[in-house]
Amino acid sequence: MLTAAASAGRTVVARGLARSYGDAAQSAGGVVLDTTAMAAVHDSDLEAGWVRVDAGVSLDTLMRWLVPKGWWVPVTPGTRYVTVGGAIAADIHGKNHHRDGSFCSHVSALTLATPGGTREITPGGDAELFWATAGGMGLTGIVLEATIRLLRVETAYMLVDTERATDLEDAMARMTARDDEYRYSVAWIDCLAKGRRLGRAVLTRAEHADLVNLSGHSAGDPLAFDPRVLLEVPITPPGGLLNPLTVAAFNEMWYRKAPRWQARKPETLASYFHPLDALGSWNRLYGPRGFIQYQFVVPFDAEDALRVVLERVSNARTASFLAVLKRFGEANPGPLSFPTAGWTLALDIPAGSPGLGGMLDELDVVVAEAGGRVYLAKDSRLRPELLGAMYPRLGEWREVRDRVDPDCRLVSDLARRLGLVEPVAQHRQSRARGQSRARSTTGARR
Amino acid sequence: MNDALGMPQTAVVLGGTSDIARSVMRGLATRRLRHVVLAGRDEPGLEDAAKELKALGVASVETITWDAIDEATHGALARDVAGRMGQVDLVLVAVGVLGEQDICESDPSATASVLRTNFTGLAAAMVAFAQILRSQGQGRLVVLSSVAGVRVRRSNFVYGASKAGLDAFAQGLAEALRPTGAGVTIVRPGWVATRMTAGRSPAPMATTPEAVAADIIRGLERRADVVWSPASLKVLFALLRLLPKSVWRLVPG
Repeated sequence: MLTAAASAGRTVVARGLARSYGDAAQSAGGVVLDTTAMAAVHDSDLEAGWVRVDAGVSLDTLMRWLVPKGWWVPVTPGTRYVTVGGAIAADIHGKNHHRDGSFCSHVSALTLATPGGTREITPGGDAELFWATAGGMGLTGIVLEATIRLLRVETAYMLVDTERATDLEDAMARMTARDDEYRYSVAWIDCLAKGRRLGRAVLTRAEHADLVNLSGHSAGDPLAFDPRVLLEVPITPPGGLLNPLTVAAFNEMWYRKAPRWQARKPETLASYFHPLDALGSWNRLYGPRGFIQYQFVVPFDAEDALRVVLERVSNARTASFLAVLKRFGEANPGPLSFPTAGWTLALDIPAGSPGLGGMLDELDVVVAEAGGRVYLAKDSRLRPELLGAMYPRLGEWREVRDRVDPDCRLVSDLARRLGLVEPVAQHRQSRARGQSRARSTTGARR
Repeated sequence: MNDALGMPQTAVVLGGTSDIARSVMRGLATRRLRHVVLAGRDEPGLEDAAKELKALGVASVETITWDAIDEATHGALARDVAGRMGQVDLVLVAVGVLGEQDICESDPSATASVLRTNFTGLAAAMVAFAQILRSQGQGRLVVLSSVAGVRVRRSNFVYGASKAGLDAFAQGLAEALRPTGAGVTIVRPGWVATRMTAGRSPAPMATTPEAVAADIIRGLERRADVVWSPASLKVLFALLRLLPKSVWRLVPG
């Protein structure tokens, strides 16, 4: 496929379940490969706890298969509807990053199709290419298969501790103090709360439940895993239903509904990890213009930047429906892998909000100056000039990428927009060519 | 590449010295623009506009001498621009002459000249650039139409008819490009205080190039099919269109 596209002079990018919020799996004028038909299981050892599957297999499929057998996918994002290939390309993280790292830390081998041929790579075998692929947004090749290490669980339930935090200070203090006691930790933030209550939050931290923690109905079938879509948003309401008024009302309700403190409440895996999956096509609630997701991380010593961002978003009255705060652990060796030690905040903002573009541009600067970065899997509007500051090892990544795809056959809209795939040398050449051509064209001047 | 908020990184302006176009480019320069080609007849004017964009931080600004009525050159221009930019994110069609209505009414060639500049020449140029956008699968063509074409009036029907033709053509082209990923935005400003209208008395609800540019940029952000500037003209003209001729004649402006 890659060869065919290359000989036709077209570019290629792989696409999984299209849950990236930005343009990572789009390619105007190019070929987009739907990988979801590659969904076979090749090998597994459910004693040792690993599987080797096609890149198009979804985490949903893996979980429905593996949870009843007592295994869990060790890193899951807020939705099950992502593919293994996508999880690797974005090097996704979950609520346990501070403990377990990101998805690629649990991948022991992968098969990568590159324009130069298909190769088997491992973190030990070709570490450079492996880690350039982890978070490489699909631009180092097309992941065909991956071997994933699993996590043993006794039940399909979580024991969740919930607590309220009165403001951002309080939330961060509580997370800093006791996150290490939990495998999973996350905070929901009310972005519309202002002043004294800026950043009020509900913390939900959890462990996998053991058999002894269960009673009654759940103890009878402890590994049952069959999450359903409870409600489907049938249409896209014109203008959307999420605006500052409705979101403020929801946030007030959500905050008050949360217990001030509640310990070890059993919840299903799906309700703790993937609550939005129960609401089918929830994105339609944002209306035809959709929404922008903005996620960034800043180092622990740059907490002021986090406060500045939250204040600006709160003052702008942009209706951020979902705002999620979490502490990341140490980064892995991937040069473009997003998670680095620090605070990460993810915001969903309706795309029609007035002044949104300008505000996010300002926030980018705050984040970059604090030594932070935005998450490319969610980006759709970053100013390319800031990419190098946010990802200082970009040059290193480009070198590896150019080695496996010297003719730039692997291209996405994201890559074009941020100038990710144009090799530095070629970039200079094309500029020089442009100049000489401009001079030679009759009537054209600089 | 246009981003999720419709902001282009590259742009070509046909009629690069137009006051409205210059205002739009100034606004976009502070967002994502890094490569601009300004095409037009007025070389010193183009140089002046280019200098300003460079000062605003646009990395590469080129000027090309080009005339809308040389239809034979349009295809080459579009290919040349596409070759320089890689991706053409925005094509801003801002050529326009008002013409002297009095002269046009008695001089066939003056009438033909207005129509050729404002309509047939631009329609040909739009076709040339639409080819580029179609093959890219992305990009936006923004066409400066006018409310003068929505319902033509006695006092400027030659200009009005040229804009009516351009507007209708752009509507059709928008439908043709719809499945390709590229898009068209039609801009219908009211009376704007520009070099084109200098020395004439303003019509009611007159506006400025800066205000029109701000409306156009907001239109890009929401990928609007049509931008009225000011926005209230949309409602006003919906009503004006319904007026009986005998009343329309009496409407000032």
